[in-house]
Amino acid sequence: MPEEAISLENRAERLNEETLIRRIRDGEPELFYELIRPYERRVYSTAFAILRNEADAEDVAQEAVLKAFKHIRQFRGEARFSTWLIQITVNEARMRRRKEHIEIMQPIADQQDDEGNYVPRDFADWREIPSEALERSEVRQKLAEALASLGQKYREVFVLRDMQHLSIEETAKALGVSTASVKTRLLRARLMLRDLLAPGIGGGWSSKLSFAKGTKPW
Amino acid sequence: MVVTCEQLWHELSNYLDGEVSPDLRAAMDEHLRECQKCSAVLEGTRNVIGLYGEDSMFEPPHGFSQRLHRRLEENMPRQRGTAIGWMVAVAAALLIVGSFELGDSSAFVGPQQRSQQAQPGIGVPPGMMVVVAEDGKLFHAGAGCPLLHDKAHLRTMTASEARREGYTPCVQCMKKYLTENAALDADDDDGGELASSTGSTSY
Repeated sequence: MPEEAISLENRAERLNEETLIRRIRDGEPELFYELIRPYERRVYSTAFAILRNEADAEDVAQEAVLKAFKHIRQFRGEARFSTWLIQITVNEARMRRRKEHIEIMQPIADQQDDEGNYVPRDFADWREIPSEALERSEVRQKLAEALASLGQKYREVFVLRDMQHLSIEETAKALGVSTASVKTRLLRARLMLRDLLAPGIGGGWSSKLSFAKGTKPW
Repeated sequence: MVVTCEQLWHELSNYLDGEVSPDLRAAMDEHLRECQKCSAVLEGTRNVIGLYGEDSMFEPPHGFSQRLHRRLEENMPRQRGTAIGWMVAVAAALLIVGSFELGDSSAFVGPQQRSQQAQPGIGVPPGMMVVVAEDGKLFHAGAGCPLLHDKAHLRTMTASEARREGYTPCVQCMKKYLTENAALDADDDDGGELASSTGSTSY
């Protein structure tokens, strides 16, 4: 799609959102359903990617949407509404994680410094995107497992940047880290995921992924 | 400029995000043409981004949207359902309270309500100043209530006078007024924030 078309579409979408938000503030709260509809899935998938649990993800997604509704007056319009909403979702998910001590033991990758080069472990050729692959639930399952195996800080950056399509600056702001950290973590997350998935997708996943046997390469 | 494999991996992510200088990009392209390993890593990483970037990656469970909307509905300040629920609650409370007030003559020979469905509200302070429209059926907490249509013929009186004349409390603004006053006593959570911020200043 040409860039110009995307930006025009975005502008129209944003104008429409601004109108909706103004009307909600001016006493038509029921328009919030319309405002939120395009983002419901994104809120859920962000929560799920961070919490790795359906029930918690749904609960946190509800809380985040409700919080956005109650605090809509605090939305200043400096950021996109979607970014603001995702930021609320990340905060809610982090709070939930802390509250329930979901991660008492940090994955090894989280204890590592961002510094130092990550060296690809596997050079399997994986040139074609199996576009129909996501139709298969076992492929989705493998992708979810691979993502879940990443340390929290890598997972968060990857989720916001590559799944929610936030910019590097937006990702940095939402997570409260520098853009340099976002870039470093993003590189690592992407390479780790490729290492985890390339042999499987390239080779048809005849055997279980190696990380499932506890041999993490990092 | 010449880049090594390690340098290329280090910049791979920036390369995919278009965050490298034209010189570096040219050098990386040159390297990628020659190096099969790096080329495989690049394509694989691109695939990772493509696959996870699909919207269908983490599907919400069945009924997610409905449950979310139900949750929102419970927090909507001006839902017709809520208003009716409130009137039913008032009517039910009146039946109970009324049975204790049989000795009070005004309970027997109460004024005829201007609306047949309505019941005189309870919990409204009798001395509270309220606003009525001449042809209306409701009394309001203030002239700013959106349900008050005939703003040209308004009268101000106490709630008990309004009741005597057959006016009944407005489900919208009187409910809000009473809820907010009640909330002053209770330790309110976020729940009331929006309700109290939607136009309450006009009352």
